[in-house]
Amino acid sequence: MSVGIRRISDVTVSDLELDLDVFQGPFDLLLALVMREEIELAEVPIAEIVVAFVDRMQERGEIDLESASEFLVLIAALLEIKVRLLFPEDEGEDFEELTAEQAEAELIERLIEYRRYAGAARWLGTRAADARVFRAGPAPLAPRPDPVVEAFSEDPWQLHAVIGRLLTPPPKIDISSVRRRLVPVSEFLIRFRALLAERRGFAFEEAVAGLDRLSQAAAFLAVLELYKAGEADPVQDELFGPIRVGRGSGRAAPHPAPSESEPRQIDRAIA
Amino acid sequence: MSELTHSVEALLFVASEPLSVRELAAYTDSTPERVERALDALADRYVEGRSGVVLEKAAGGWGFRASRSSAAVCARMVNRPQTRGLSQAALETLAIVAYLGPVSRPEIARIRGVAADAGVAGLLERGLVEEAGRADTIGNPVLYRVTTAFSRMFGLEEGVASLPSLAEFDLSDADHEALRARLHLVADQHDGAA
Repeated sequence: MSVGIRRISDVTVSDLELDLDVFQGPFDLLLALVMREEIELAEVPIAEIVVAFVDRMQERGEIDLESASEFLVLIAALLEIKVRLLFPEDEGEDFEELTAEQAEAELIERLIEYRRYAGAARWLGTRAADARVFRAGPAPLAPRPDPVVEAFSEDPWQLHAVIGRLLTPPPKIDISSVRRRLVPVSEFLIRFRALLAERRGFAFEEAVAGLDRLSQAAAFLAVLELYKAGEADPVQDELFGPIRVGRGSGRAAPHPAPSESEPRQIDRAIA
Repeated sequence: MSELTHSVEALLFVASEPLSVRELAAYTDSTPERVERALDALADRYVEGRSGVVLEKAAGGWGFRASRSSAAVCARMVNRPQTRGLSQAALETLAIVAYLGPVSRPEIARIRGVAADAGVAGLLERGLVEEAGRADTIGNPVLYRVTTAFSRMFGLEEGVASLPSLAEFDLSDADHEALRARLHLVADQHDGAA
């Protein structure tokens, strides 16, 4: 079993390269697979991951406290999960409650069991001394039959016909039935400018009520355009909350100055 | 010598593993009783001291092997020491696999009290144990069992069924008491030192 590190470029723990029996790749991918239960944690040798990390620190010749502590936290969590996996809780309780007498009894029980097999081993040892003779080795595997090759015609025109079929372009797909929709942002610009001219502000949701998603998106882009130009001042108190579009200060927002051509570009994009 | 005896002799010569009486009867289109008689005739002829090839019963079947007297010459041909003894650790591991197999490495380690990785690897290399699927427990460890080569090496006529009962290796009551006394002695020494 070998643990190899391919790269020593980055400081982060996540791209620590591992080469274990059950897994080969960066450490963060291993973590992800363990979390998704695609790799059996019980089979992941955690000691080898630690060795790989220590090796890498040695190769770097310096200790990066941040990555070392990140690594410690991750590996400790992995260890805890693995321990819980290997020792179900009820067994753990039994273990704690073991008294000295019970421990002694268990140790003796295990020693007796071991002595039994040691005795069997001695018996086998005496038999082996008696049985060191030579026998035929296992027979080589029977040769595999040759794969069956399908008979083919040697007529080159057959090949010509086949390649010709492959080279024929497929028929064009008819898209004439697909309707092209245009949702110009400029329409909303005109409508919202008119609204702001007669009122101090309006609720965005009301202004776009009943419109489909594409039109609502175009309407929102129009609001952003107005904000950029300083004509509108949209306010949203919380994420996904209602948007109130107020009259702007008249000064352009502190962003790249809007150019005349931009709204038209957006029109094209939304189409 | 009968035609059947010749057939059985040829089959055993060609086979690399021991063949059972049932198998021999099936191949020769004969009955087990007649095959047994043929084997008796062959065993008379291929016997230690009379022939360089010896007929032996192993792993529940019959097979040819080289005679003991020719072991040194055979060793020269295959270019390896005639005796490659198994270490005590290897024998213990082998005993556990033989009696408990199919058994996993963690189970072997539990009984012997030390890791079983190297021991099992050595036995696998010698062809004395083989993999026998995976256990249906956490981690799905690989299970191991002894091979036909094991039965032949240790002269077990019926395979693991020919092993003596484990109870024969149980400690006597006196040994049991001695073990307990030694354990207490070690514990007292430890307490005294601490």
